[in-house]
Amino acid sequence: MFSTKLINIIKISLLTSALAISSSVLADVTKVAFIYVGPTGDHGWNYQHDEGRKQLEAHFGDDVETTYIESVPEGPDAERVITQLANKGNDIIFTTSFGYMNPTLKVAKLFPDVKFEHATGYLRSDNVSTYSARFYEGRHVIGKIAGKMTKSNVIGYIASFPIPEVIRGINASYLAAKSVNPDIEMKIIWVYTWYDPGKESDAANALIDQGADIIMQHTDSAAAMVVAEEQGIYAFGQASDMGAFGPNAQLTAIIDDWGPYYIQRVQDLRDGTWESMDTFDGVKEGMVEFAPLSDKLPADVKAMAQQAIDDLRAGTIHPFTGPINKQDGSPWLADGETPPMFPDVITMDFYVEGIDSKYPN
Amino acid sequence: MINIEQRTDSSAKMVILAPILALTLTAISTMIIFLWASLDVMNAFYVFYIEPLTGKYNLSELLVKAAPLMMIALGLSIGFRAGVWNIGAEGQYIIGAISGGAVGLYYYNVEATWLIPLMAFAAVLGGMGYAGIAAFLRTRFQVNEILVTLMLTYVAILFLSAMVFGPLRNPDGFNFPESRIFHDSATLPIIWQGTRAHIGFIIALLFAGVTWFITKKHMFGMQIKISGSAPRAARFAGFNENKTIWYTLLISGGLAGLAGLFEAAGPVGQLVPHLPVGYGFTAIIVAFLARLHPIGIVFTSLLIALTYMGGENAQITLQLPSSITSVFQGMLLFYFLACNVLIEHKVAFSFNWSK
Repeated sequence: MFSTKLINIIKISLLTSALAISSSVLADVTKVAFIYVGPTGDHGWNYQHDEGRKQLEAHFGDDVETTYIESVPEGPDAERVITQLANKGNDIIFTTSFGYMNPTLKVAKLFPDVKFEHATGYLRSDNVSTYSARFYEGRHVIGKIAGKMTKSNVIGYIASFPIPEVIRGINASYLAAKSVNPDIEMKIIWVYTWYDPGKESDAANALIDQGADIIMQHTDSAAAMVVAEEQGIYAFGQASDMGAFGPNAQLTAIIDDWGPYYIQRVQDLRDGTWESMDTFDGVKEGMVEFAPLSDKLPADVKAMAQQAIDDLRAGTIHPFTGPINKQDGSPWLADGETPPMFPDVITMDFYVEGIDSKYPN
Repeated sequence: MINIEQRTDSSAKMVILAPILALTLTAISTMIIFLWASLDVMNAFYVFYIEPLTGKYNLSELLVKAAPLMMIALGLSIGFRAGVWNIGAEGQYIIGAISGGAVGLYYYNVEATWLIPLMAFAAVLGGMGYAGIAAFLRTRFQVNEILVTLMLTYVAILFLSAMVFGPLRNPDGFNFPESRIFHDSATLPIIWQGTRAHIGFIIALLFAGVTWFITKKHMFGMQIKISGSAPRAARFAGFNENKTIWYTLLISGGLAGLAGLFEAAGPVGQLVPHLPVGYGFTAIIVAFLARLHPIGIVFTSLLIALTYMGGENAQITLQLPSSITSVFQGMLLFYFLACNVLIEHKVAFSFNWSK
């Protein structure tokens, strides 16, 4: 009795281990890891990266095994977490925030066989790629909508950190709003955080007090959207469709769609064609998408917004098209001129003319 | 009625056993949480508590993580003994990192052995100066040092941002808010080849010895102890209260500042806006778990470092949420405080039905 049981157990364990071995050999599973700077539940930046991860899983099924680790501060811990992920046998690691740049490069040096993908950085190496998106194209569209929809002619802007990406967003949306409404004014509040719902909603309230009746944000939570909904004004979702938080308030949202990129890069890796490169895609390539345009938009505004989206998809317009002066009045772009990607767009550190706010320094 | 009464005879054995008891209770509660999350309990326990102690890499990272906690907690423990509540070590840590780091960046690419000591000196001065503000306001205007040190932390965080967005920004850094990466002479020596474990851990251990000597063997230790437990007696004994406040804040500020520099010039290697990750606050827990004992702090800083690394491991391997680390640290402190209360007090049931 006892011995048969024992034999059965041995049989089963042999069988399962044999299965385990064969499946790992046959299936050729690619292990993919993600590291996020905030919680995946932020409904913004990190949420969208995690959506990309889920798309990756859905696409490859059992051929990939994904891991993520959230809320990793961009300080001394990042390097350890990235190292641990490499140690756990991941084949490709996506580090999805700017502050992970130097830790990623340091770890990549020690793990030459692991591929790394760093979002929003500018340094690469043989096994480190960088990727980001032309979010300012999204800003162009919401800027135009805001210019048309504001009654007080004051747009409130919640900004995170004065880095080029955020500056580009402010300039692009201001220029677009100004192009459809010459009286437009933009109030900017710097909250110096990517994710702090309390601060973000304080900023939204402060902007409303200053007369803003439409809110844009470059922070990760939906807090400002909630305030806009309560106060009965308009806002735009950032990074993700925030319509659930502001069914009346959200006019549209700029959506970061990382999924196709993640699928492409993992496919490249599996095909052995992965190469270190820089990707800076926009609306045309589908990395920047939009939430459905709200029914609150009058038909002409809706048509204008749709036209702008279509033009961006076709690649026929550029959010920064001259003549544009810098804030101090010095010329930047001549009539019809568009800026070179480097250094003008990549390192942008100035406001354009007309923004009545001190450049943070 | 249930009353809590002071024990007349608190057991000396229990004083030492309390942390061990708290640890055991935390471990048991952890297991219950793992069970409730329907995880493989033994595996989860291994991932959380044992794996961070295995292998060269994990052990070295444990030292990296424990070094700043230990150094800050040692400084704080001296002040806490005297009843001087420096809650803003985080701010002093940041100012230390900035002042030491600025020296390193000023001498960028200068190869010299004097550079690290000079940076350390600047960091200590920076941390002392910042804590000194609280000491000045407290001794001169009776302003509560808890509020001052805490509020100055937020000022320091913004100041760090201003520095890395402004004067200390890497000129070749595409306008991103980071300093240059410190060159080799401005980076801490590594004590374990091939890892990030740096000399800061050794220095923290030395400070543990010094702190033990001061608190147990030196007159100053006596003075702060009496100032804390019996302020009136301290005054009668002729101890100068203001001096105690100044000394304890300067010591804790200086050590926090040094810890900040060691983090910037050690594992991080540059000044970044996210340099502060809460060590200044966690060190308060470290100090209290050790009952403010310097040698205890050596162990509790390693223990808290372990919970951080276990939490990361749990995220990677078990896909548990990141808040798991805070939950465990919270439980540890809760059990420890509960044990302490029960060592010094007893629960008395009195059944008086007349009311």
